[in-house]
Amino acid sequence: MGFVWFWIVAVMIAAYVVLDGFDLGVGILSPFLARTDDDRRILIRSIGPVWDGNEVWLLAGGGTLYFAFPLLYASSFSGFYLPLMIVLWLLICRGASIELRMHINNEVWRSFFDGLFFVASALLAIFFGAALANVIRGVPLGSDSYFFLPLWTNWRVGPSPGILDWYTVIGGVVALVALAVHGALWIVLKAPGELENCARRAVTPLWIALLLVTCISLPATIAVRPSVLTNYEAHPILFLIPSLVVATLLGMLSFTRQRKPLAAFISSCLYLVFMLVGAAVGLYPALLPSSSDPSRNITIATALTGPHSLHVGLIWWALGLILALGYFITSYWLFRGKVTAESGYGH
Amino acid sequence: MDALLLHRLHFAFTVTFHYLFPQLTMGLALLMVVMKLIALRTGEDHWNQAARFWAKIFAINFILGVVTGIPMEFQFGTNWSEFARRTGGVIGQPLAMEGVFAFFLESTFLGLFLFGEKRLSKLAHFGAAFMVFVGSWISGFFIIVTDAWMQHPVAYHLLPNGSYEVSSFWGLLLNPWAWLQYAHNMCGSVVTASFVVAATGAYYLLEKSHQDFGRLFLKIGVIAGFTSCVIQIFPTGDLHGRYVAEYQPAAIAGMEGLFHTQKGAPVVLIGQPNESTQTIDNPLAVNDVLSFLIYGTTSAEVKGLDDFPPDQRPTALPLLYYSYHIMAGLGTWFVLLMLVAAIWLSRGKLYSTRWILWPILLSFPLPYVANTAGWMTAEIGRQPWLVYGLIRTTEGYSIHVSAGNALFTLLGFLGMYAVLSILWIMLVYRFIRTGPAAAAVAPEPEPATLTTA
Repeated sequence: MGFVWFWIVAVMIAAYVVLDGFDLGVGILSPFLARTDDDRRILIRSIGPVWDGNEVWLLAGGGTLYFAFPLLYASSFSGFYLPLMIVLWLLICRGASIELRMHINNEVWRSFFDGLFFVASALLAIFFGAALANVIRGVPLGSDSYFFLPLWTNWRVGPSPGILDWYTVIGGVVALVALAVHGALWIVLKAPGELENCARRAVTPLWIALLLVTCISLPATIAVRPSVLTNYEAHPILFLIPSLVVATLLGMLSFTRQRKPLAAFISSCLYLVFMLVGAAVGLYPALLPSSSDPSRNITIATALTGPHSLHVGLIWWALGLILALGYFITSYWLFRGKVTAESGYGH
Repeated sequence: MDALLLHRLHFAFTVTFHYLFPQLTMGLALLMVVMKLIALRTGEDHWNQAARFWAKIFAINFILGVVTGIPMEFQFGTNWSEFARRTGGVIGQPLAMEGVFAFFLESTFLGLFLFGEKRLSKLAHFGAAFMVFVGSWISGFFIIVTDAWMQHPVAYHLLPNGSYEVSSFWGLLLNPWAWLQYAHNMCGSVVTASFVVAATGAYYLLEKSHQDFGRLFLKIGVIAGFTSCVIQIFPTGDLHGRYVAEYQPAAIAGMEGLFHTQKGAPVVLIGQPNESTQTIDNPLAVNDVLSFLIYGTTSAEVKGLDDFPPDQRPTALPLLYYSYHIMAGLGTWFVLLMLVAAIWLSRGKLYSTRWILWPILLSFPLPYVANTAGWMTAEIGRQPWLVYGLIRTTEGYSIHVSAGNALFTLLGFLGMYAVLSILWIMLVYRFIRTGPAAAAVAPEPEPATLTTA
């Protein structure tokens, strides 16, 4: 049961990263790609009907985590108190900027929300990347399974780490660049004309940056937590995952060159998924490792709730997910194709 | 200030602010469905226009509800980690179900409703509005199930590690407390939406602009408002009150300011509870009524606060008493106002009767106050328990998050929500001033400057 729920939560987090990832990416790129107010409106409209639904994966994933692994939820959310609160503020700013910008046709008003949209999107990507890196690095869990991390200490990976150190900053940069590429590929897919060309021209330099940071992050991870290799060495078949990371990375660029934007975007989705799966495999069965004493690790066994809850949960979760997939397919299908400057409500 | 108090203020402030938005959107979703239905059946386009106008106001409120709602789920873990650890196996269930069953539905169909009017047929667009309504009401249900379990825990058992898990899934969802609270709460949400719609109508008529829509809004607002105000008191409020009296007698004693156990207990209409003398100062009370309301007979004995050991009594007695009295007093005002308005509406004179239009206009903030006071009554009445009878509030908070850090983020939320409030009021006012006719002809807002807003 623990194994099943571990992967359920992992799938929901991956879905969140892939889906909200592209609209965060659009936010990160918006000031660089959009030249006119029409461009900006097209960018926002390309995510307008879906960004809110994408963000629901974060809530649904968080709720599922809370329900299946209450100890993990309690420990990590209180331990990562400060960065999570900052994430909440950024999510508020970002949601407000998307929704409020269109309502008043005034240069100052719109520029303000455009700026807020960019800053909040970029910082969110960095914080999410750093958060994942914190989990991989481990946290100083106490004997009561709780901890509290300051935002930063001495920027070193040591006995008293902060949320930000050299390793987690790398994680943040990887996320920033990966979501920028992801967003660029989405724009190529959805935007018409000059905007599409602009986004396509941005893919290559961003891709080179992504290749670079991905190559740095892998050895850095192994240096910070050598035990991530344990599962891989025990089951060499798992090395397929990092090779798929490489394959999808190559796919993004080559499909963009061949003018197959959908295939390129799907490659980018899969790249994000395989990066996350690779990390999850490295952690399993730990959920939140201790940075000092492996016996204090929060594992599936220590965090899992009771069996009755989990059995019942499996039934409604499966039902709910089938419904959710139905809605998503309907919505993406209805809003398929290129975005134009005229259609839609008020954007 | 100690950490416990700050964590309590943190949750209380963020949840109170959050609920300003859903209480409008849940009720408004129902009224928009009614408008779309009338449009569909009569083919009259101004009902579509009306729905489109309210959809814009709905969208702003919905998004603010979403972005202020995310912190609520997070705070169980961030500020109330020990509570989260011990109860996740139970209340994590409805919270996760809210995400899976309600939010996906709501967000998808809201996208279709707002962006899809040109792409969808009339019937499909009505369907999208209906699904937004269904989604928001399911969402409300799961939150009420969560709160009802904290008020009246059922269907759980204790695990060896000191945490709780669900022992019966249906027992949790069919908690009678949840259904009573749900009926009372959703009805309260319709009251808020009706008053906002009716007040907008009254404003247009008093201002002598958009008068066609003014009449339309006033009509639908008064009919829905009168119905919901009555149901709010009887049967939902009445039944809910009796249930509280049965399972949380100390809360009822605190709400009513009943310091001493007595037969033929009075209802205090006005008066200030004085904890040092254990009496009500300046009371205006009606004898025997409380006994009658709870037990159906005027001579029944009602337990007063002196019947409970001090560590079982509500910890913030005056606030509990005032919250309850504000809720009940406003509820009475709503029924009176809507009764008069409904009578004048049926006589065809409401639209020109200024002495009724003015109080309708001025009353629009009051349902927000009443709903907030109602929730405060429920949550302060539950004290000193976090989960009634199982976990005390003092045991639930995150002991590793210091008072300094909690104050830092509380101040952050105060500042951010102050800005959001200003933007919210400004934009809703602009929509109302621009009027519903513009919602049809110009999808893009007309050029305007910040200073005129």
